[in-house]
Amino acid sequence: MQTSKSREPLLRRPAVQTLLASLLCVLLGLLVGYIALIIINPKGATSAITDVLKNFWTYSKVDKQLKHFGSTLITTAPLLMCALSVLFAYKVGLFNIGAAGQYVAGAGACLYCALALKLPWFVCLLAAVAAGAILGSISGFLKAYRNVNEVISCIMLNWISLYLVNTLLSGVKNPTGKDTFTIASQNTGAMLPTLGLDSLLNNKNVTIAIPLSILVCVFIWVLLSKTRLGYELRATGLNKNAAKYCGMRDRYNIILTMAIAGGLAGFGAAMLYLSDFEQWAVTQASVPAMGFNGIAAAFLGGLNPIGAIFSSYFIQHITRGGAALTSTGVYSSQTSDLITSVIIYMCGFVLFMKQTLNRWLDSRAQKGGKS
Amino acid sequence: MLLLIQYTLIFTSVLMLVALGGCFSEHSGVINIGLEGIMVFGALGGALVMRYLPAGTPAFVMVVVSIIAAMCVGILYSLLLAVAAINFKADQTLVGTAMNLLGTAAATVIVKAINTAADSSNPSSEIMYIEAKKSFIISEGTEFSWFMILALILLIASYIILYKTKFGLRLMACGEHPQAADSVGINVYRMRYAGVMISGLLGGLGGLVYITAGVSAWKFENGVAGFGFLALAVMIFGSWKPQRIALAALLFGLFRSLSNVYTGFDLLKNLNLPSTVYNMLPYIISLVVLAFLSKNSAAPKAEGIPYDKGSR
Repeated sequence: MQTSKSREPLLRRPAVQTLLASLLCVLLGLLVGYIALIIINPKGATSAITDVLKNFWTYSKVDKQLKHFGSTLITTAPLLMCALSVLFAYKVGLFNIGAAGQYVAGAGACLYCALALKLPWFVCLLAAVAAGAILGSISGFLKAYRNVNEVISCIMLNWISLYLVNTLLSGVKNPTGKDTFTIASQNTGAMLPTLGLDSLLNNKNVTIAIPLSILVCVFIWVLLSKTRLGYELRATGLNKNAAKYCGMRDRYNIILTMAIAGGLAGFGAAMLYLSDFEQWAVTQASVPAMGFNGIAAAFLGGLNPIGAIFSSYFIQHITRGGAALTSTGVYSSQTSDLITSVIIYMCGFVLFMKQTLNRWLDSRAQKGGKS
Repeated sequence: MLLLIQYTLIFTSVLMLVALGGCFSEHSGVINIGLEGIMVFGALGGALVMRYLPAGTPAFVMVVVSIIAAMCVGILYSLLLAVAAINFKADQTLVGTAMNLLGTAAATVIVKAINTAADSSNPSSEIMYIEAKKSFIISEGTEFSWFMILALILLIASYIILYKTKFGLRLMACGEHPQAADSVGINVYRMRYAGVMISGLLGGLGGLVYITAGVSAWKFENGVAGFGFLALAVMIFGSWKPQRIALAALLFGLFRSLSNVYTGFDLLKNLNLPSTVYNMLPYIISLVVLAFLSKNSAAPKAEGIPYDKGSR
């Protein structure tokens, strides 16, 4: 009796409920992925799904493990920023599906500054933030003053920015290939500083991107929950009319929110491309998935900046684990995209899960009271 | 010029069908951002039928069966949205986004699995249907297809269903004021299911039309390149009315086809604009158009709000 009494309030806590719901989403996503693997080929399915989950642990040597752990971290930083971008806008009642396009704009700006203008890394970083913020504020402006649904305008801007960046960066690409030059070969000053992290993880692309993005994450958390601006923004999100009635500038807040959200996504792009981990392929015909996965990470993390750190890591963990599936020759690497998208879909049911849990707790409490 | 007309008509058909789908869903009160994913799945259903029906199949059977397949798969896939949005009151934008991601990812996994099972050295996500596609063409050598006529019929049907039948008027009532509709005995849940499933039917068909537009093979990794969203813009531009949607689709279709055929016009070629400009045009135009038209939005009042019988 004593234990059940102390357990009940724990289950009632919103944070615990969110965590449980997210874990359930993950489990269901993995289950669907596993079933898909079994349908494709039942023989290797179990080992394939464990490979996805193990990611770098599949390597036996420690230095290799570290290197691939580092790679996972490198891709986690930009995803975390995109997740922050989505959740920041969502707190203000905006669905920033444009994180993908703002990410593209950031990538274009920082790579152009690094490769064509040969600027140092912090200038490139600022350019990326500015580019993302400008794109975001266009959507914000259209929403605030022209009543354009931000989802639609963001999607249009995603495509526009993709084509623009492809054109912009075709001037700094390798003449023989479709990728842009590596930063290391053109302008080492544009590389993010490593501060010794590269040798620690045995991976030359590990930079301050990871600690930097966690700092930004904490900053956003403080901004949202501890400052007046954050309070105003959240109030606007909860009830636009009430916030306006209280004298908050709703239009200004919408534009500011989208600008910050866009800046975050642009920052994320700089984290990846200034680490020189990946080059931009100027022929790409679709917007990189990073921004869309940001939606997954934001919701899986319970729309909490700190939760987003863990969910971002998890998503990149299974994505990089899934990439190894291509070598099996039976399964495709998109299996992890499948798992991620099922997880986002399941996140839609979080509200229902919480309601069911609370109803169950209520009925149990009632029974307990009677006996 | 003929080429431009052909492409314009094809893209118009696609955009119109999908936008009409969105129109039905939104009139019932459910925002359908997931049209893109529905298109991918409809296209997949149609493409698989085209590939697996034996080569000697009569053209008529080929056309009918693949259209039915695309529609059915589209309806099935749209149920994902219906269940989540109507029964579980999920965030419709979130679920729609998930469906778009799921559409491309799942279709790629499925096609790759089929391709590798057939030939282990071929891990591509492409389905070819060169012979089958010819059944859809009205006159050999052009791109005029039966889809255009079908799209026109469905446009007229949509208009009649929405405005001239009991069902359509009830459907629209559920999107404007579900509580009022419920109070006079209309089953809001069932109406919303109908709206979403019709959007699945039209979206799936639109996907099939899109992947047969000028090409005879489709790489499912690429999804449908934002056409579902373009269709949503068409729907808003058409202020949720079938007849205006048709005109909006024509305009967007024209600009979209310019990027395919602009090199055929001396005037446009002499402008020497990079091809990306033409790729961007439909999106830029829809943004500008939306900026001017959204002020007095004609959107159904209750769209996006889950219906709860108990709420007041």
